[in-house]
Amino acid sequence: MIDKIAPSAEAALADVRDGSTVLIGGFGGAGVPAELIDALVAQGARELTIVNNNAGNAEVGVAALLKAGRVRKIVCSYPRQADSHVFDALYRAGKVELELVPQGTLSERMRAAGAGIGAFYTPTGYGTDLARGKETRVIDGKHCVLEHPIHGDVALVKAEKGDRWGNLVYRKSARNFGPTMASAAKCTVAQVYETVELGALDPECIVTPGIFVTRVVKVPRKSTAQMLDAGRAA
Amino acid sequence: MSYARLTREEIARRIASDIPEGAYVNLGIGMPTLVANHLPKDREIFLHSENGILGMGPAPAPGREDPDLINAGKEPVTLLTGGAYFHHTDSFAMMRGGHLDICVLGAFQVSVSGDLANWHTGARDAIPAVGGAMDLAVGAKNVWVMMEHLTKSGESKIVFRCTYPLTGIGVVKRIYTDLAVIDVTSRGLVASRLVPGLSFDELQRLTGVPLLPSGDRAAA
Repeated sequence: MIDKIAPSAEAALADVRDGSTVLIGGFGGAGVPAELIDALVAQGARELTIVNNNAGNAEVGVAALLKAGRVRKIVCSYPRQADSHVFDALYRAGKVELELVPQGTLSERMRAAGAGIGAFYTPTGYGTDLARGKETRVIDGKHCVLEHPIHGDVALVKAEKGDRWGNLVYRKSARNFGPTMASAAKCTVAQVYETVELGALDPECIVTPGIFVTRVVKVPRKSTAQMLDAGRAA
Repeated sequence: MSYARLTREEIARRIASDIPEGAYVNLGIGMPTLVANHLPKDREIFLHSENGILGMGPAPAPGREDPDLINAGKEPVTLLTGGAYFHHTDSFAMMRGGHLDICVLGAFQVSVSGDLANWHTGARDAIPAVGGAMDLAVGAKNVWVMMEHLTKSGESKIVFRCTYPLTGIGVVKRIYTDLAVIDVTSRGLVASRLVPGLSFDELQRLTGVPLLPSGDRAAA
């Protein structure tokens, strides 16, 4: 019997190695796999490359990983936040490498990884500092930039519900990067608030089919007030 | 003759009144977000949010915030009846694939040929952050800029050549400022809807790059 439901976040992340590329879902406070990130801090893997839309807020989540000195490089679209002081200080001190990527290119590079695309041309970023040194080509009269896939060793995503085959559904705008990241990593760990029986998720409405998911971890649901506080911190 | 510059809310109202029924629209973070407050009530307009929302509604009533329902600026929002959620790659397919009719972006500078600079000052100690600006700049059918005409020190933000790092080349179609509306055309920059009391010559003097009068200067 296939059962992807792991007993704990710690167990789900036990085999993350030093030097891994870790894709971490979330946009602002929505969709952040907070419990999995905490477990990754505790797990201790070092020299990580983190792919996230942002570069951490306050001292939680990605910021906690940065503060613990586990991150060699961050790939993101929007590191600058009112409370991104952990990243800001490390970046200014030259202690973390930043690869800044337009948000759609970030998402598409992970989609390409998940879909087996070798590389792709996009007009986004052409002629800007973010395309410097990249191959370009005119396609149908448009200047385009060659972009390569981002493959994850591990993806950490937050979903609402999952079953033992790894099928996932999300909630509202907390979906964000989850489905794309789940497809782009060798090992995808999803945290969910509810694990349900096979068949309980409407097959017409499953957003991430289980083929993209390696492990599912149930975490306790936080109160709306706690989530709003976390969201404000993000 | 004296004139009053438009407030941000007045610029937002002007932009909102130019958005047609049925348009799919993305409002950039910062000043453009104000446009949402002025959309004509008698038109159905679809607001898109880059983090996976179409049919985005206004801010919720106090106490009704949902941490899973936020906009690109990470503020709580609502979903209109008929709205939809989707993941990031679909969201950026809408933005990059030419599906949005209009996006409204803030800017540091716009050049005479519609180059846009709005993501980074280039200052050495600044933390660079781009978000979805470059995707919107090349992907939306119409890129409208909402900005003050002049910097705080009185220099024109409409320039021959952007000195700030570029977001996109030749992408801006129209600029709404606190003094006028400027269309970027193949003939050059065409100024219309000058604020009452502002002469074309005075606008030209403040702007510093050549402008053409549109012929409907009196229209508000």
